[in-house]
Amino acid sequence: MGLLGVATFVLFLVSLCVGPAPIPWRAALAGLVPGSGEDYGLIVRELRLPRALLALGIGATLGLAGAVLQGMLRNPLAEPGVIGVSTLAALGAVLAFYSGAAAVFPLALPCGGIVGALLAAVVLSALMRRHTGTLGLILAGVAINSFGGALTALALNLAPNPYAAYEIFFWLMGSLADRSMAHVWLVLPFMLGGSAMLAWAARDLDVLALGEEAAQSLGLDLPRLRLLVVAGTALAVGSGVAVAGVIGFVGLVVPHLLRPFTGHTPSRLAPASALGGAALTLAADVCTRLVVVNAELKLGVVTALVGAPFFLYLVVRTREAWAWR
Amino acid sequence: MALIEAGGLTVLRDAKPVVRDVSLTLDAGEVLGLVGPNGSGKSTLVKALLGLLPHAQGSVKLVDRELGRHAPEERARLVGYLPQHPIIHWPLRVAELVALGRYPRHRAGERDAAADREAVERAMAAVHVGALATRPATELSGGERMRVHIARLLAGGHAALCADEPTASLDPYYQLDIMETLRQVAAGGIGVLVVLHELELAARYCDRLIVLADGAVAAEGPPDLALSDEVLARVFRVSAVRGRHGDQTFLLPLRAT
Repeated sequence: MGLLGVATFVLFLVSLCVGPAPIPWRAALAGLVPGSGEDYGLIVRELRLPRALLALGIGATLGLAGAVLQGMLRNPLAEPGVIGVSTLAALGAVLAFYSGAAAVFPLALPCGGIVGALLAAVVLSALMRRHTGTLGLILAGVAINSFGGALTALALNLAPNPYAAYEIFFWLMGSLADRSMAHVWLVLPFMLGGSAMLAWAARDLDVLALGEEAAQSLGLDLPRLRLLVVAGTALAVGSGVAVAGVIGFVGLVVPHLLRPFTGHTPSRLAPASALGGAALTLAADVCTRLVVVNAELKLGVVTALVGAPFFLYLVVRTREAWAWR
Repeated sequence: MALIEAGGLTVLRDAKPVVRDVSLTLDAGEVLGLVGPNGSGKSTLVKALLGLLPHAQGSVKLVDRELGRHAPEERARLVGYLPQHPIIHWPLRVAELVALGRYPRHRAGERDAAADREAVERAMAAVHVGALATRPATELSGGERMRVHIARLLAGGHAALCADEPTASLDPYYQLDIMETLRQVAAGGIGVLVVLHELELAARYCDRLIVLADGAVAAEGPPDLALSDEVLARVFRVSAVRGRHGDQTFLLPLRAT
């Protein structure tokens, strides 16, 4: 945990320093303080800081939500995307694009995404209230993902001009470039609120290791736990998608990466996974700036590109550890 | 003192009665066996006693109050439950799994790390799994794992335990071992309700038996009365050889001729 905390802090600092204009770390720190008169102050405060803060927040919520969902669904393949949250948030943002609102009002895009995330929270909570079980939740997620994906494809299909389709397509790849502090303030309450719900739920996840009936016999309020996890994921992860597009694999890989160190107890895994997610996302975002090609690499592309083969390696290496299932 | 008291309990599943008009009491310090053929409603009855399934008619009282008037964590503190085929989803270490038994206390706001540690150690020692404390519970044999589950129940400090077929799919050594462990638990003043399929174990280790047939009580009383030849033939469609070895009586079911 301590090591992860240090790594996250260092990567946060690196994220402030790396970019088209490299900044020495002392200057970067000094630049954080407004009115310090440094040449780099403007770059650090207006460009790099929001980017680093969003990477930190989005990575942490992805890691936390991944660990909590894997614990609740007792399925090592669960990640925030499974229940359809990311798709609906992305759809909201895409509709903001499509309607042209994003051209008139720059924050329309994340606002649309947040509306999508809230919609996901409402739909999934309503499903949970009808006593759908764990399997029902996963199946509902499949349905929401296909439907949201179809509507997104429809928006691309009917895009008013090729340029709009191109914009939507690129936005969906996930990126943190050119985000401002306004983006940070917009999503912060949703991220903090959702994360608080997830952290609250994490304390009750451990008993689920005994199965749902035994856990309920120990006094676990399972319907309430499901509601907390689903609504918390929708708010925390959905608001992240609203500003940055879809960033895959962080929520899936990080808990697997950390289990050998924290053990399998979800309440112990969750905080470590939040830190790990933040570190990984910061590192991936730094990579997008370090690897120079003629277009800037998209963050979602980097996480999937690195994450997927690595995950495959993990699966092959630890297949024996999963054999008890 | 009656720990669990059920009167006229009826439980419906898909609008059909699976448990019909069952009354029973579980006292402190006794081992009460619940036997009956497959599908006779034993597991459903146990779940209804714990409030995991709603009952359509009748009442369940836990210690001093109606089941529904206990908060979930209060109910959980009074009665521990070991489901049929208990699950372990993650490769938790034995000590971690046993510590989950303390959860009802944590829910009630009692977090005392020292008391938790002591209760976990005492529970592991009581069923002799202390040496396995750091082993992943998923790597243990079926018999060892069942002992660990019982340690989890003991760590909870419940007044009563309900175990649904704790001897299923265990070898003879562990079947006897688990039953002796449950007897020892009852000797400590805890009321134990145990669902069993092995009539010979029921006859040998239980103080009283309730025989369920088709959801209703077909017979009850001390083992030799509850498992009379007439009941064995009518309910289980078997006959039995009875005998004595030293000071122990035994019963061996045979196919009815």
